[in-house]
Amino acid sequence: MCLAAPARVISVEGKIAHVDYGGVRTTARLDTLSEPVEPGDYILIHTGFAIQRLSPEDGRETLALFDELTASLEPHRPEDEGDPPERPSGVG
Amino acid sequence: MSAPFRLADPARARALAEAIRLLAPPEPVKIVHVCGTHEVAIAHNGLRRLLPETVTILEGPGCPVCVTPASDIDAAVAIAKSGAVVCSFGDMMRVPGGRISLEQARSEGCDIRTVLSAKDAVKEARETKKEVVFFAVGFETTAPMTAAIVLDDPPDNLSVLASHKLIPPAMAALLELPDHGIAGYLAPGHVSTIIGTGPYRRWLDRYDIPVVIGGFEPLDILYALALILRQIADSAPKVENAYPRAVDAPGNPAALKLIEEVFEVRDAAWRGIGTIPSSGLELRAAFAGIDARRRFNLPEAGPDPEIPGCRCPDVLTARAVPSDCPLFAKRCTPLTPVGPCMVGAEGACSIWFRYGERINP
Ligand code: SF4
Repeated sequence: MCLAAPARVISVEGKIAHVDYGGVRTTARLDTLSEPVEPGDYILIHTGFAIQRLSPEDGRETLALFDELTASLEPHRPEDEGDPPERPSGVG
Repeated sequence: MSAPFRLADPARARALAEAIRLLAPPEPVKIVHVCGTHEVAIAHNGLRRLLPETVTILEGPGCPVCVTPASDIDAAVAIAKSGAVVCSFGDMMRVPGGRISLEQARSEGCDIRTVLSAKDAVKEARETKKEVVFFAVGFETTAPMTAAIVLDDPPDNLSVLASHKLIPPAMAALLELPDHGIAGYLAPGHVSTIIGTGPYRRWLDRYDIPVVIGGFEPLDILYALALILRQIADSAPKVENAYPRAVDAPGNPAALKLIEEVFEVRDAAWRGIGTIPSSGLELRAAFAGIDARRRFNLPEAGPDPEIPGCRCPDVLTARAVPSDCPLFAKRCTPLTPVGPCMVGAEGACSIWFRYGERINP
């Protein structure tokens, strides 16, 4: 029930946005959103209402976060696992 | 899902699974999430198979329709029997009330319509002269939409049967159970989009337990699990946001303001769990005029029916997985559901059945 999916804003009329959900056109109410949106923005939609404005940059930043975590654990990879590995603490 | 937000990447998934393996302690850890959408992502993508044997992840009370007390369903049925139109989310239809479900009421001639959004209920009301009641269930993600229609000059023949629930108090309630064994929480991404990080701190800080907000792509979930395990390894429990692209620390101020304006917090009954303090939303007195609980003559709230053999109370409190139930996939299937967890599309039993998920068969 808490499913929400990103859609691209095509146009805005008052508190309604016309959006494109990967090919499917629909509308979303904007009164549940704190910031204004413009055509081209991505918004996260839950049951027909926008709940968050997303930036396409954010997807790439998320991947960088994942990589930062996995890189921080590199020295503990099995190669140098002679002694029981020390618990890695915090991102390097 | 739109391209820039699809995070499917086998190499990164392997790297994160390896990180989880490195961070997992030798002793068993039980991690609990509280969101049907998380469970679907975990089961659908086979994420449990990527985890070391010591790490288990279970769904707790993450299915809003499963935790809706039978008495609220009885109220909706009584309203429908009085001749009003009841608008409900689809997966509520088959959940048994004290006596019958909404679907059975419909087969007895009641006008019960399924809707995808609160705004659809407004549309139904504008197109009829009959009384129309929106049966409003859902967590913090969904409550702002109900508030929005209440504030948006609704038609006079519309009223709201509010049964919204709040997740952080339920997460705290599980930790009060003597045998909970919960080592960390994967907190729900879209509830958090609305509420931010504050309510988790307020409700859970005193339990010293890792709480990591996670998104719904497979990589999001693996990353969040890795952060939970890192907090356990470092003995540094805190609330951490692993879904920053959709969750800001203060939440969504517009949505929070809608909730605050329309609802007040009260104790609420959760099916299978019991009454949880400050875990429900009821319409404020200023909105009594649109409150279906006042507009209709409703039956006295009865207890939830005992369902012999059904382990939903244990499943909803993350003390059992569906395959621990002897009825799972035998007498109890989505076509012949015995308990609410097999009916709700977000119930753990229904999800496990659909995706063939099993532990300890
Ligand atoms: S499998 Fe069916 S009977 Fe068993 S706990 Fe789940 S819903 Fe209840």
